[in-house]
Amino acid sequence: MSGAGPGRPLAHWRHRLAERGVDRQLWLLVPALVFVIALFLYPFFYGLTLSFQPTRGGPFSDYARFFSDSYERGTIWITLRIALPAALLNVLAAVPIAYRMRGRFRGKRLVTTLLVVPITLGTVLTAQGLLNFLGPTGWFNRILLASNLVDEPVRLTHNYWGVFFSLVITGFPFAFLLVLSYLSGIDPTLERAAATLGADWRRRFTRITLPLLMPGLATTFCLTFVLAFSVFPSAVLVGNPAGETRVISLAAYQAAYEQYDYPYASAIAMIMGFVELVIIAVVLAARSRFYTGSTGGKG
Amino acid sequence: MATTTHAPPARPPATTTDRRRRIAARPAAWVVWGVVIFFFLNLLGVVASVLVSSFGRRWFDTWLPDGYTTSWYARAWDEFALLQVIVVTLEVSVLVVGLSLVIGVPAAYALARRSFPGKRLIFLVFLLPILMPPITYGIPLATVLYKFGLAGHMSGVVLANLVPSVPFVILTMTPFIEQIDPRIESAARMCGAGLRTVFLRVLTPLLVPGILASAILVLVRTVGMFELTFLTAGPDSQTLVVALYYSMSASGIRAQQSVDAMAVIYTSMMLVLLVVALRYVNPTQLVAQVKDEPEH
Repeated sequence: MSGAGPGRPLAHWRHRLAERGVDRQLWLLVPALVFVIALFLYPFFYGLTLSFQPTRGGPFSDYARFFSDSYERGTIWITLRIALPAALLNVLAAVPIAYRMRGRFRGKRLVTTLLVVPITLGTVLTAQGLLNFLGPTGWFNRILLASNLVDEPVRLTHNYWGVFFSLVITGFPFAFLLVLSYLSGIDPTLERAAATLGADWRRRFTRITLPLLMPGLATTFCLTFVLAFSVFPSAVLVGNPAGETRVISLAAYQAAYEQYDYPYASAIAMIMGFVELVIIAVVLAARSRFYTGSTGGKG
Repeated sequence: MATTTHAPPARPPATTTDRRRRIAARPAAWVVWGVVIFFFLNLLGVVASVLVSSFGRRWFDTWLPDGYTTSWYARAWDEFALLQVIVVTLEVSVLVVGLSLVIGVPAAYALARRSFPGKRLIFLVFLLPILMPPITYGIPLATVLYKFGLAGHMSGVVLANLVPSVPFVILTMTPFIEQIDPRIESAARMCGAGLRTVFLRVLTPLLVPGILASAILVLVRTVGMFELTFLTAGPDSQTLVVALYYSMSASGIRAQQSVDAMAVIYTSMMLVLLVVALRYVNPTQLVAQVKDEPEH
């Protein structure tokens, strides 16, 4: 403590702050905060204000323009129609598989490593592979034709299904690894105790594991949904970007880079973020109704 | 009785087989494994069809191409100026990894060690860029970057890619820092080390595994990041994914096989990164980025 007269009010003030946990070490946070404010928050609010300053009309005319045009408005429904089923399927398929694989078995590391591969392939390469593999002369249709399951090639690319499969390929491994990590966080002795008390396999799953897993499933669904909701490259490459897979991110992109109408593009981006946050808020509100404490596992 | 004494003593029943659960037990198990194998077969088909096509001379309506050649790689290399694209990709990735570590690690330290008013709010602000889809904030961000003349060349690409990378470093480094015993730092302080010395001589060597892990994760994400790079890149600052996208969406102009060859080059680059990454990180860590989010 410096007892010098003029320094005292300053030292006192510092001391009060330090008691509440604010001192010079918090300067370490400053670069990251400046960075996030300058490159995330500022652009976001810039976009928000820009969306209320359209090139023509009053402050809300870009929003009105989006919602009055059925071709534009429809992109919300198209996006949800692709993203919600894909995210649901990824999460629901991941649960039984992860449940089966949560113990130790030979080759577990191999399986999880193989599952990481599609995540790193990314949407662009997956799109290219799907075009080759599922196309009318691709291996998938050849196998179906050779085994007489179908008479003519099934059309799976350049439509809804191409985008859907690309979302499953990139999203399922992601959902699986998350669900697996949540499942291994649940204490296995809880289930063993239930087994001792006479609960069979089905009851143990529905009464013990599933309720404890639900919050994790909700989080997984949110993250998978965010991935699926921002689908862009595959919607263009394996989808039908002029029609049934004209997703909302594509509408925003076209407004910005083909019509150079940045206020309108910002308005679409804001609508997109809003729709996404509404869905996530609904899921998280449902999540808060489940038990979210410690599950006693190894985490 | 006496003759049985040399028999092996009764052991607890086969513990090793118990621990490894039998996979051939129930029909449900078969269904699950069937689905997994079906998924992997299709995945294999997707990857293999690109690989085979890139080596095929001509491949139209047959099971396999007519003949095999490596000339598509040479053509892709020249046509798409791949050397320049790969150099740009590496430059962008190295810059993004370096900058995000320099910005993120100190912040992660402050968040891991200290409690202060507004900490949860700051944590939420760092979490948002990961929770939002890149296109949503990418378009306003690109608009701002163009306004300041930063987009269209490499600085814009690096800045845009830093937006999700810095929070990602913070989220992955915080648990690593929490694991380090704070008494080690106190001891260093006692011996007269300042904050900078503690950081450089004590913490950094202890944090090397964590820094490596998050650096590799950021590297994988940056090489694979399409949307942000796509929105901010100019003609001479495209990374490999974006160049691949452009060559694919302009298909018809160029031979399908040279696009495939480029895709294979991209995949092999990603696979090398992946093999390196898996030496240092657990597969679940590649995806569980917000696992350390404080509960509700």
